[in-house]
Amino acid sequence: MPKRPPLRAPRSQRTAPPLDRVERRLDRLDRRFGASGLPLDELLARNGVSRREFLKWSSFMTAALCLPPAFERAVARAAALAPRVPVVWLHLQECTGCTESALRSAYPGIAELILEYLSFDYHETIMAPAGHAAEKSLEDTLSKHRGEYLCVMEGSIPTAMDGKYLRLGPAGETGLSLARRVAADAKAVIAIGHCASWGGPQSAAPNPTGARPVHEALGIRTIRIPGCPYNSVSLVGTILNFLLVGDLPALADGRPAWAYAKRIHDTCPRRAHFDAGEFVEQWGDEGAKRGFCLYKMGCKGPYTWNNCNEMGWNEAASFPIRAGHGCIGCSENAFWDQMAPLEKPLADGGVDIPFVRGVEGTVDAVGWALVGGAAAGIAAHAAYSGLVKGTRGSGENREE
Amino acid sequence: MARKIIDPITRIEGHLRIEVELDGNRIVDAWSSGMMFRGIEAILRGRDPRDAPLLTQRICGVCTHVHYDVATWAVEDAIGIKPPPAARIVRNLILGTQLVQDHLIHFYHLHGLDWVDVVSALSADPRKAQDLAHQFADDPWNADAKHLAAVKGRLAAFVESGQLGPFANGYWGNPSYKLPPEGNLLVASHYLDALDVQRLGGQVLAILGGKEPHTQTLVVGGVTCVADLLNPKRIGDVLFRIRKLGEFVRRAYIPDVLLAGSVYADEGLAGTGRGIGNYLAYGAYPLSDDLDRSKLLMPSGVILGGDLTRVHPFDPSKITEYVTHSWYRYPDETRGISSAEGVTDVAYTDLGPDGHVQGDGKYSWLKAPRYDDAPMEVGPLARVLVAYARGVPEVKALVDGTLSRLGVPASVLFSTLGRTAARALETRWVADTLPGWVDELVAALKVDDRTFTPYTLPREAVGFGLSEAPRGALGHWLRIEDGRIANYQCVVPTTWNAGPRDAAGNRGAYEESLVGTELADPDQPLEILRTIHSFDPCIACAVHVLRPSGPSRAYRVL
Repeated sequence: MPKRPPLRAPRSQRTAPPLDRVERRLDRLDRRFGASGLPLDELLARNGVSRREFLKWSSFMTAALCLPPAFERAVARAAALAPRVPVVWLHLQECTGCTESALRSAYPGIAELILEYLSFDYHETIMAPAGHAAEKSLEDTLSKHRGEYLCVMEGSIPTAMDGKYLRLGPAGETGLSLARRVAADAKAVIAIGHCASWGGPQSAAPNPTGARPVHEALGIRTIRIPGCPYNSVSLVGTILNFLLVGDLPALADGRPAWAYAKRIHDTCPRRAHFDAGEFVEQWGDEGAKRGFCLYKMGCKGPYTWNNCNEMGWNEAASFPIRAGHGCIGCSENAFWDQMAPLEKPLADGGVDIPFVRGVEGTVDAVGWALVGGAAAGIAAHAAYSGLVKGTRGSGENREE
Repeated sequence: MARKIIDPITRIEGHLRIEVELDGNRIVDAWSSGMMFRGIEAILRGRDPRDAPLLTQRICGVCTHVHYDVATWAVEDAIGIKPPPAARIVRNLILGTQLVQDHLIHFYHLHGLDWVDVVSALSADPRKAQDLAHQFADDPWNADAKHLAAVKGRLAAFVESGQLGPFANGYWGNPSYKLPPEGNLLVASHYLDALDVQRLGGQVLAILGGKEPHTQTLVVGGVTCVADLLNPKRIGDVLFRIRKLGEFVRRAYIPDVLLAGSVYADEGLAGTGRGIGNYLAYGAYPLSDDLDRSKLLMPSGVILGGDLTRVHPFDPSKITEYVTHSWYRYPDETRGISSAEGVTDVAYTDLGPDGHVQGDGKYSWLKAPRYDDAPMEVGPLARVLVAYARGVPEVKALVDGTLSRLGVPASVLFSTLGRTAARALETRWVADTLPGWVDELVAALKVDDRTFTPYTLPREAVGFGLSEAPRGALGHWLRIEDGRIANYQCVVPTTWNAGPRDAAGNRGAYEESLVGTELADPDQPLEILRTIHSFDPCIACAVHVLRPSGPSRAYRVL
């Protein structure tokens, strides 16, 4: 494992965009798409969501997106427009888990409605037609909404063997070629999940198919929503944000800062046990029954930037740490290689365990102390992006 | 004769191409091609065996839990340990809930549009639709005329809006759609309801497994969710949701399939989509703590030639894989090699110059598994037939009750319709079983709250895990050397079903099931989708193998 580069804090949250510009932009989108698709009011009514609940949700999302309260109305407008903007969702080298995740929104009610009723003009998992008729749906959207449709890419792109590890459509186009074509005229490209954001498991050493994340394979800017899978609230927020400002959101390491600016470790409900030096030492032990810290069982929370703890999964039913399993770092670049073995702490993880120095060789070989170092909180976030580039596909599993 | 390409096959997991040869409107030959390759098994080599479950889980995000489950059993088998009773029961609960949820999504959201013409629903009489619902259930789910009228109104508004999204360019109006408008409205309405209900399954998996897709609670030796298991509120949360899922299965899914079965019975009786007629089940859901494979909820077995009077015992050593028509290379491609011993090299030969697959050469990333050199079908139909033929009482009752309700003989099951019906009956079987497992879990924890069996990872070992994914029989084999994964192999359901021909030219299950099918409109491959979807394809699972060539390793074959 290479040494971590120096720590640096992500840029601070952006300043809010001018509200009048946002309103003008929404006016324009409304003129273009307002008459098409399903009205949100209709969806809400059908699902028993009151206007009041919707406004509450808008204000939640406004806060989540780090926008001032004055934007609540604009967020509500953007939400109402969201199901009408055409979306082309490409499946590349993937497992469809990210599509499934879109069906299981973490925040009940409105977010999932918007996701389910986004105008998926092309989405192979749910669309009625197949073959040539499916192709027609794609081409119709590309020509009719040129420069206006949103593109969501699920999966990495195999680049070895001229991209022929993935062929799509009646003409047997390579995934690389199709992705390039669809991205070219998209308003924005959202890279969904770990595969599209960072390359996914197939890009782990030795990366047999030359799998690359979308931004690398196509040489374009993407909004990355990593995670295996990502939490669907992050996708909804990103789409809203995009409708509001028409540009990439403030990014932290290529990801929307509003969703990925906090470490799992810092929002962890078991954090007090970490600070108190109370650890699970073996699966199912007394500590496990009492909800102690999972660091020594390999939890990668200290190096992972995501909102699992705060947003929860499956309508806030739980999240991995609550279920007693450590975080595996699935929103971080190359975690399959860099964070492995998943059930062991990183040998050079840059985290000092209070009170237990010397107990476990792999743990106490660490460098600086976490306690008292505010900068430490920012830790691996920037670090991973730097160090991973040099090691991807090196084929070496780190020894303890 | 005309050759048709259907690519992409939509409403499945993964990238599948089907090509058919048509004589008029009749399919006379077919080729099934997996079009994407990742090489997960090569990536596993050299890793800590304890990472295999989470990594192989990523083979598929639809049957998101099954590879995780099977890999965990496989590593435990290599180590020689068994999980404590509570962990075994939790695993059954997660696997079973996932099956129910997955089958619901499959029927309504992936397969439903093959049977249901959404546009026809616009001309339905909601009052008659309500009456229709009551013909198939005493208390049908959300089916009163007022509600159905509202659904109809919304569908109409949606169609009028002109922005049909995923429903654009569907095969609406095709004569192969046979449900009356009221039937279409009823199932379309449940399509929407099922979007909500399926989330309950995700929540159960999240409560026990942290999140879904890609649960995170299994570890080699047990499960991690002990704090939740000891919390009565959380157990109640699980039980409530499991019951609700079961209610939807009984009041919506089963009646809707009965409705479809009554209308499409002729196709079933004619054997449309019959396929090979050989059925294979590995068996799943260990009911005893010693993991005795004769005590499984779903028994293992082999049925040959549609003969339900005889179930042959399943012997894993009879599994081989051919690559004659797959994009891999064997030293001698005229024979199959035991999947746990095989040598695999990529040998990609591309599509033909005319853009079609090269049917007499190599044409798929899937291998062709064979059992005792015969092609097999796996999946819900295989499991239900094996259980039925073995006389499992719950399954006997479900199958016989359904057949007598529809007034059809058991031979109707050997068809596309039979596959779809068997999936529904199996869902009911598992959904009815799940609440009992919650009771069993609570009782087990009272006397033994262990959730983990400690172990020492061996330097050298071999092991395997066998189970049933929603789509069919799933097995993982691994070899540990020097404490690391030296070799890893998965033989998965969709490889059995979607694989290409073998050396003898025997078609795979998809291919065989399409031959003889008449298309109402050759430009609309509706009947092809219906049959292929009845298998519930999962192509990402199916394309798995990549191992650099080398001396073949001596594997313990079970």
